[in-house]
Amino acid sequence: MKNILIIGATSAIAQHTARLYAQSGCRMFLVGRREEALKLLTDDLKARGAVDIDYLDVDLVRLEEHEKVIETAAGFLGNIDITLLAHGILGDQSEEERDFSKAMECLNVNCISYLSLLSILADVCEKQKNGTIAVVSSVAGDRGRQSNYIYGTAKGAVSIYLQGLRNRLYKHGVNVLTIKPGFVDTPMTSGFEKGMLWVGPERIARGIVKAVAKEKDVVYLPWFWQWIMLVIKLIPEPVFKRMNL
Amino acid sequence: MRDYQSWGRYRHAEHVVLPQRWRFDELAGVSGKQSILPYGKGRSYGDSCLNDGGIIVPTENLDHFLHFDTGTGVLSCESGVTLAQLLELAVPRGWFLPVTPGTKFATLGGAIANDVHGKNHHVAGTFGCHVRKFELLRSDGSRLICSATENSDYYQASIGGLGLTGLITWAEIQLKKISTAFIEREAIIFSNLKEFLALSLESDRNWEYTVAWVDCLSAGKSLGRGIYYRGRHHEEQGEARACETRKTANLKIPFDAPSFLLNTATVKSFNAFYYHKQLKKCSSSKIHYDPFFYPLDGIHEWNRLYGKQGFFQFQCVIADDKEGALEELLKRISKSGQGSFLSVLKRFGNSTSPGMLSFPRTGITLALDFANKGQKTMRLLDELEQIVVEAGGAIYPAKDAIMKARHFQQFYPKWKDFCEYLDPRFSSSFWRRVSGQS
Repeated sequence: MKNILIIGATSAIAQHTARLYAQSGCRMFLVGRREEALKLLTDDLKARGAVDIDYLDVDLVRLEEHEKVIETAAGFLGNIDITLLAHGILGDQSEEERDFSKAMECLNVNCISYLSLLSILADVCEKQKNGTIAVVSSVAGDRGRQSNYIYGTAKGAVSIYLQGLRNRLYKHGVNVLTIKPGFVDTPMTSGFEKGMLWVGPERIARGIVKAVAKEKDVVYLPWFWQWIMLVIKLIPEPVFKRMNL
Repeated sequence: MRDYQSWGRYRHAEHVVLPQRWRFDELAGVSGKQSILPYGKGRSYGDSCLNDGGIIVPTENLDHFLHFDTGTGVLSCESGVTLAQLLELAVPRGWFLPVTPGTKFATLGGAIANDVHGKNHHVAGTFGCHVRKFELLRSDGSRLICSATENSDYYQASIGGLGLTGLITWAEIQLKKISTAFIEREAIIFSNLKEFLALSLESDRNWEYTVAWVDCLSAGKSLGRGIYYRGRHHEEQGEARACETRKTANLKIPFDAPSFLLNTATVKSFNAFYYHKQLKKCSSSKIHYDPFFYPLDGIHEWNRLYGKQGFFQFQCVIADDKEGALEELLKRISKSGQGSFLSVLKRFGNSTSPGMLSFPRTGITLALDFANKGQKTMRLLDELEQIVVEAGGAIYPAKDAIMKARHFQQFYPKWKDFCEYLDPRFSSSFWRRVSGQS
């Protein structure tokens, strides 16, 4: 039976991933901001088959709480087999351009809080000498575009941090997975026009569970984003800067 | 934004789309000015799930289970949970839906709001008969727990209440025990309406599930010929057997079929083939519940087969002693040459549902599709409606797109009482049409 820690448990991607793990009978610890939502997820996952489950409500922007978060989770779970980091906000690029405090908020939630949690988790996993740390980054972090480069900066930094962390933890038997979803139809993106490339969070969740099981390093979800991003990364900068992306 | 249409796709509605994020949040759209309508999966055929010019509140985020007592089969979950999701949880633990419609892609909230029925109506009544309680979130912010004993008036109004009494956030239902995921099924050929009626009377006594496919283009002596299906859960003694849900084939109709594809000739030959493919008078088999209950769910977006113009569904119920009216309906349809291959006959039992606006009542129900061929189809539907009116029958709101206000009010005499429980901020395209507001 696996012990699973889910941070940002109320996000759509995290919820669907948690359901898949719950079905196979797991012990779970959920971390999120809204207590009533965490309570709801606890009941839901129990009904779906989670064997033992607890939660902690905390605002993850408060870095000083992070030690406690990981300690409480480890206290409940024992060995942390799988950790999923999935909290985040999308932010509003144009607002962030006008008001830097908004940009800071985006960076704090989507990047700084990740790095802080990861630094603590890394020590725990290094000592355990096993486990998987799966982190939701984004294709937006692969190349800066005018439409969302603040969010992209945050996710890009997370992706680079994970490269280093993977390198560090490999020799300790710990796997670090960078998850790069494309367009996902979730409450976070409810305001967008949905086209061909959009998929539901269930599909991303299935991809995460599979990538964790296969001990992958980096996974684009769905798979075709790997090729889309390859093309986007190959466009020379003098051309790219003239494009409307 | 996704396109929020009804299953018939015969008309386009403009909506402000405001999904409910969590069930304990304030009602989505309540701060706006327009009217509000909850939206599940859009499996109603006509306009009862549309609110043209208003707000719709999709319930897809309300997809959590609250509690499942695997000993008693009492399950509570949020209203946006689909019947497919519910079965995935319940079947492996030995429980099944007490009543199921012909698609598993409807939501629990939709099943209650339309008080859906299934092939076991003659023994189990409607879906609403198995709903123990639910929470109704009203636009004034109040949350009413409704059951047969608590807020029973809102309970009766909301079962079959077409989503107009408030947002059902969660519900508790009683499931049915099964020991395997299989159905013992018999298929029997009948060559006319009389034979169907005789088979129904005989089968309804001993079989839990009964329904008939009818060849709606046959005429003359073979008017109303078809195949009668009856089934019951296959049971096995001894150790509890593993029950499994089954992934239906993931076929999908990727685009709107050209409208010439479905014409009288193709449908006629399909129907003749379907009728004659079974050579024996009666064949029996053991099949998984999925193809038995949800044959069409295997083809995603099958509604696109009807092309861009969409289609209409027609479902009515005619009292047992008005056999003539039923025959007249079949004759008109056959003569018009417009019916499709999806035509169904079933005998309803005499149990009453708690719902004020529930459709099922004792008699024979006939359901079928008509591709939208404009005026021609409208005229036929009008004629059929008139026959139902004269026979004192009723038409099913979940399938209807055109019934007249005065006819609705005749079919559903309790509609005036129902109005007292309407949420003042809620409305739908259907409701404005049948209550005479448009």
